[in-house]
Amino acid sequence: MRSARAMRGSRGSWLIALPVLALLLWTVVYPNAAVIAGSFENGLGHWREFASSSADREALTTTLFISLASVVASLIIGVPLAFLLGRFDFPGRRILRAVATLPAALPPLVGVIAFLFLYGESGLVTRGIQRALGLHEAPWRLTGVWAIIFVHAYTMYVYVFLFVSAGLERYDTTLDEAAAGLGASSWQRLRRVTLPLLMPAIAGSMLLVFMTALGSFSAPYVFGGGIRVLSTQIVASKLNGELGLAYVETTVLALSAVAGLMLFRWLERKRKYTLAGKGSATRRVIRSRGAQIAAAVLASVTVIVLVLPHLMVVLVSFARDGAWTTQVIPPEYTLDNYRRLFSEAQLWKPIVNSVSMALIATAANVVVCFVAAYLIVLRQFSGRRLLEILVALPWAIPATAIALGLAATFNRNDLMTARVLLVGTFWILPLAYFIRDIPLVATAVEGSLRQMDPSIEDAARGLGASWWLTMRRVVLPAARPGLVAGALLAAVTAVGEFVASVVLYTHSNRPISIEILAQLRALAFGTAASYSVLLIALVLLMTLTARTLEERIA
Amino acid sequence: MSAGALALKGITRRFGGHTAVDNVSLEIAAGELLALIGASGSGKTTTLRIVAGYEVPDSGTVTLDGRDITDVPPQNRGFGMVFQHYALFPHMPVEENVAFGLEARGVPKAKRLERARSALESVGLGGAGHRGIQSLSGGEQQRVALARALVIEPQVLLLDEPLSNLDPTLRQTTRDELRAMLHRVGVSALFVTHDQEDAFAIADRIAVIRKGKLLQVGTPEDLYSHPASLGVASFIGRATILPAESLPVEDRMALTIGDVRREFTVTRAPGASSTGRAMKVVLRPDALELVSPDSSGAWTGEVITRRFAGANAVYRVRLAGDVMMEVESTKMDVREGDRIGVVISREPVPVVEDNDA
Repeated sequence: MRSARAMRGSRGSWLIALPVLALLLWTVVYPNAAVIAGSFENGLGHWREFASSSADREALTTTLFISLASVVASLIIGVPLAFLLGRFDFPGRRILRAVATLPAALPPLVGVIAFLFLYGESGLVTRGIQRALGLHEAPWRLTGVWAIIFVHAYTMYVYVFLFVSAGLERYDTTLDEAAAGLGASSWQRLRRVTLPLLMPAIAGSMLLVFMTALGSFSAPYVFGGGIRVLSTQIVASKLNGELGLAYVETTVLALSAVAGLMLFRWLERKRKYTLAGKGSATRRVIRSRGAQIAAAVLASVTVIVLVLPHLMVVLVSFARDGAWTTQVIPPEYTLDNYRRLFSEAQLWKPIVNSVSMALIATAANVVVCFVAAYLIVLRQFSGRRLLEILVALPWAIPATAIALGLAATFNRNDLMTARVLLVGTFWILPLAYFIRDIPLVATAVEGSLRQMDPSIEDAARGLGASWWLTMRRVVLPAARPGLVAGALLAAVTAVGEFVASVVLYTHSNRPISIEILAQLRALAFGTAASYSVLLIALVLLMTLTARTLEERIA
Repeated sequence: MSAGALALKGITRRFGGHTAVDNVSLEIAAGELLALIGASGSGKTTTLRIVAGYEVPDSGTVTLDGRDITDVPPQNRGFGMVFQHYALFPHMPVEENVAFGLEARGVPKAKRLERARSALESVGLGGAGHRGIQSLSGGEQQRVALARALVIEPQVLLLDEPLSNLDPTLRQTTRDELRAMLHRVGVSALFVTHDQEDAFAIADRIAVIRKGKLLQVGTPEDLYSHPASLGVASFIGRATILPAESLPVEDRMALTIGDVRREFTVTRAPGASSTGRAMKVVLRPDALELVSPDSSGAWTGEVITRRFAGANAVYRVRLAGDVMMEVESTKMDVREGDRIGVVISREPVPVVEDNDA
């Protein structure tokens, strides 16, 4: 008797879940399985090739070194900055807080370009120092491992900063006061109380930096010079037609990611407590005159370093193409770059491409991830765990690996093996963006749904509401903040996406990031920079739209 | 509003190997207020959710006015439910919350808002319709939840620990208001609580559930004066429960503490099981009295604690052999540390069978 309805409930869940599960298995699991299978297509042949190639061995160790060094560098910048802003009050605090997350607002490739304009051999800072010191040559060359780590530190410390700041916000400062009352010195308090309690937040952010650095493509691609990392090796192998080797490299990269994931998760889980306190926003005011000045100077320098890349991109976007050669700053300014973007069909096309592909991918993310999050959070059924894993999976797979998997799977029409020809068409990039953003959107929606008291769904049904009315009036409104935030993040990442695009684009669907790279190669710095500014403007526009939308509904 | 008669027959619900509800049968007459009382994990909430339709029993039936509704989904039962944390929709203002059940029934907007407002007025929240849920106090939220459940004119109202989130003073007044209101609208109500004060104040009858099994159903007086089992005796009211000696005379037993033996008449609940196990007496604090320590036939001991309770005081007395006994007395001049005598002041004394409880 029970089971009529109990099964109806479970059957209903499966009915909704099946299309989503099928889609995820097809687009997330299958391509990666195809890559792994491909790496074994002639037994261990490709693997031997990989093992005996000194270039590949070097790429693997360099990749791991860069990733770990990026983690360390991000910690060195992010943790003290979070403490400084979270615990102290000093002149310039607010402005520093406002710009501290700015690097994250730069699409990956744009950040790289900004660094090129600033610290590259003919960059503003480099030339400025060269002139000031009267040197014959540039004081440094922005190339190799350390250049990559430098760029990573700038863009990725934001994760550490955000995680640790959030941890500090929830941190109950009476714990410190209790420790002080028991006679602990400030160093003892930091080492024995504060840092251990923040460890889950720190470990979480380390994982995020590690994964991002591992899959990073733009920085090694532009600054790598002679050095090799796995993500660039994959693309190189693919371009050389050595697909088998590319599959091995991709598998190795994905395995490194999984190893990193397990390592940092283990670090995170070792600590079983959570910071559930409300925290208290007491900030110590720096009173000593000397410390005040020191803090203010430090803050101003940091603010300048953080804002400079953005300003530089804006400045260069007005520089006439080809005019900036040996001068410290570009000598001639014009509005032509922007005028051409909007008037020349060839230059306008990538903008239309990026926006439309990002919108399509985001729309798909919103639908699929809402259904997945709903099933994961509010339904009890046996497929839940599988769904959770599938939704999180793309996060653990570097973008280059995702792209190569798609290239290996959707390269021909073959119904027997569930392949559809998408490579070379417009649709392959929206698909790639969609897959990359699944974890992002799903996590955001899950977060919103988890905040909802599950009994309000029961309450709605008990009041006689149909499934659809409950969905429309209760579940969707509860999910809305997560949907808006997730959609925004997805759209922002998709519109500036570079790593998967560089593997999969064709001339007719090339997105903005690819066009920026092409302009850079043609030394059209002004055009490249004006694209970058446009990209930043698009991101700002989307953020503002999302915010007004949210305010209007709420 | 027409009240419905609800009946549960042989309801069992297992979760894995654990039997949450074990063969529970229970009837609620039309217009009756019945409290289901038990400790946490006793199965009371699962029973309530089965009645509401959120859970389906493994076996047994739920009937409403004789009609089997076991498999009817909650949205088609038309019951009102007040959730423990109220489950108000945080994104809707008060009146939309209250009107939601009418919205689900396709009542036009103007009409349903009007009815929502009058429901709010009946719970003393007229004029609060436009307020946000977050701006309400706990007591106000509780009343909104009640208005939302009642506005759909349910035949049965279900309440899950409706008072557990209120502070003690508010709780006192809300109990009386709730009982008065439920009687006024004339709805049958089943409410679940772990607090016997709540149950005593609101319910017509009380059902005691323990480890998934229904122990006894009856009026508060029945449960207090004629507990059917050791479980009920120890759960309902305060009591000193001691093994006693059976006598050849029916309805008489004896209790020896130290070297003082007393005989008294006893009573058993009608229908309580008799498996021939040893019996225990249930000594309520108000059925005992303090006397001078040298009174003949009194058990003697030392006052350990004294709690002031208005017109009387409650004393904990340590008797011979470390037997602790709680005594309620109008004698106010006894102090902690005093030597004192204890006698039974009201007979018959309830007895229950000693079991593994």
